[in-house]
Amino acid sequence: MTHGYAIGALVVVAVTTVAVGALGLRRVRTTSDFYVASRAVSPQWNAAAIGGEYLSAASFLGIAGLILAYGYDVLWYPVGYTAGYLVLLAVVAAPLRRSGAYTLPDFAEIRLRSVVVRRLASLLVVLIGWLYLVPQLQGAALTLRTQTGAPHWLGGLVVVGVVLAAVAIGGMRSITFAQAFQYWLKFTALLVPAIAVLSVWHQRHDTIGDGYPTALRATSVNIASSTTVRVEQAETLVVRGVLDGRSVDGPVALPPGRHHLGAGTRVELRAGDVVPVIASLPAQHNDDWLRPLGSGKDHPLYASLSLMVAICLGTMGLPHVLVRFYTNPDGRDARRTTLIVIVLLSSFYLLPTLFGAFGRRYVPDLLLTGNTDATVLLLPERMLGGLPGTLLGALVTAGAFAAFLSTASGLTVSVAGVLSQDVVRGRPDRRRATRIRAFRLSAILAIGVPYLLSLPSERIGLAAVVGLAFAVAASSFCPLLVLGIWWRRLTGAGAVAGLICGGVLATIAVLVTIIGGPARGWTGALLEQPAAWTVPLAFVVMVVVSLLTRSRVPSDVGRVMVRLHAPESLDLARIPPDRSSAGTDRSSQSPPPLTDVSTAPTDSGL
Amino acid sequence: MTHPRRVRITHPRTDAARRVPVRPVVHEIDEQTQVGEVYMASLVRSQRRLALLVCSLTAVVLGGTAFLGALAPSFARMRPFGIAAPWLLLGVVIYPAMIGLAAYAVRHAERNERDFTQLVRRQ
Repeated sequence: MTHGYAIGALVVVAVTTVAVGALGLRRVRTTSDFYVASRAVSPQWNAAAIGGEYLSAASFLGIAGLILAYGYDVLWYPVGYTAGYLVLLAVVAAPLRRSGAYTLPDFAEIRLRSVVVRRLASLLVVLIGWLYLVPQLQGAALTLRTQTGAPHWLGGLVVVGVVLAAVAIGGMRSITFAQAFQYWLKFTALLVPAIAVLSVWHQRHDTIGDGYPTALRATSVNIASSTTVRVEQAETLVVRGVLDGRSVDGPVALPPGRHHLGAGTRVELRAGDVVPVIASLPAQHNDDWLRPLGSGKDHPLYASLSLMVAICLGTMGLPHVLVRFYTNPDGRDARRTTLIVIVLLSSFYLLPTLFGAFGRRYVPDLLLTGNTDATVLLLPERMLGGLPGTLLGALVTAGAFAAFLSTASGLTVSVAGVLSQDVVRGRPDRRRATRIRAFRLSAILAIGVPYLLSLPSERIGLAAVVGLAFAVAASSFCPLLVLGIWWRRLTGAGAVAGLICGGVLATIAVLVTIIGGPARGWTGALLEQPAAWTVPLAFVVMVVVSLLTRSRVPSDVGRVMVRLHAPESLDLARIPPDRSSAGTDRSSQSPPPLTDVSTAPTDSGL
Repeated sequence: MTHPRRVRITHPRTDAARRVPVRPVVHEIDEQTQVGEVYMASLVRSQRRLALLVCSLTAVVLGGTAFLGALAPSFARMRPFGIAAPWLLLGVVIYPAMIGLAAYAVRHAERNERDFTQLVRRQ
């Protein structure tokens, strides 16, 4: 019956998402509406939508799981996710809005008048978007499997289906409503169980405890595929299956060290048993887990700082975040929106920490399977038990699905926007209906590819993969935006050189880490967290090449600077956005109303 | 009785000076003259200074927290409210600090823009 509630919660979220999206449909009138909600969204709505879109599987599930596994050092992730908006607010929010750019490639073209930079930026948007989408779909697969035992491929497919339906029905406007709704859904879905869990904790006068994580009560753990685990202190465990190549069935005395568990083996933990830890996670003493830099990784201080660089500077380069700023009426509202976003994120991120810390005490058996991303999903049921536990578990499942849906749909819209403009290009004078069809075709491409990539199951934590997407964004788009907005002497050639240098180096580091697995020592640390060296390098290359090509500073840089920085309240003759590029500023093209909005979705066959 | 003829003397420049049309700064900016460039440069400079300040303060807050956790073992052992002090700092206290910084950034960026608008309109 547990499955019933979870599946019910999931269906409710999916249907509500599409329904809330459809509500916006009546207000969709023009192509401009379809893409960017006509820029008439208030800061409160917009901020909730940004929060809803931004709080992904990594935030909802990943952080708590990493905290359970690594402890204190992971607290930097949520802090970084919030601080990224602080940097964004200080450096790019208002100018970016004033630029009138709808996507990062648009910004590149407005500022540098270079089609090459535009193409390169498009390529990077697609790369970052896909890198960010893969963990969302994996998270969906994990959630569905944990809560209902569904096959691995189904969870992602459900998300793909709902996202494509929502995108097809309403475009961006509907998504603004849907996203704002989903922020509050996600917040509630963690807040209510958190309060319940906290009160139980308080009643029990419990502590995380000393020593190694121990099972609180009898728990049976199934090992799906063969794994190596570490036992820290000699103990007797009940193992049924294959242990170190011998078949066993009953209590076995295990000496400290590595042990191999065959596929299908069952470990029956009794209350008080120290949980063996999968070899890919550190087997930490709880004291080390509590302590800063105690995660047992190589060069933890470097890793923390580099991660912060990646997240703080990468946020401004996330494709789905930038689009949201376009829907603000003006630069001033863009700033205010960002401030509200920071407040919303700050409230939300108190909760995963709580789940991770309690998880260490109540679901330590996840350390044995390495399936720590399931912490949030399992904790309410484990701590409360009975019907309340099951209902809260269903609520958390709903929140998790809201997380996948919102982030995945935001990314799909952004990536599809770029694909439809720069890749799936038709004739420049193609009709509006054709453009919308191209957009829908691109949407399928935008989410289909990462779905295929997500199918082979990975053993890197959700939050870690998302961290890699941030590293690529920070190493490429951050220098482009910062120098583009604040430095007049940036040239197209400089931007190209910097984007290639930072983007390629960070991507290589990311691929080596994902494919080859984490390496040890300084090489491993530098490759796993590349931002601390790739970001400064990209800045230097961009500046140096710009200075070498100073004769090629765009002639209209003065006008662009006025457009980026002058407050809208002044009656300045803002230069019209470049009409030659299809996506620069759709509202300026004043498209005629679509004659028959309601039939528009059907012509794509979605 | 020959009274000296009364002569009315007026300040020569008041009227004349007014007759020269004042060029609004907005036009200077629009036409990309050097004057306009100077005005815009001043706005960009003040905003850039603010951006740098906020980023530096963010770096100080985050870096300070990192180093406090890493290099001050006595701090790491403190347990206010039964929660380890580093967890309380990085898990809870740092968020209001970031909200405060964000509010500061918004207020001052808007003030810079207001000052600029007044400067431009005053002429």
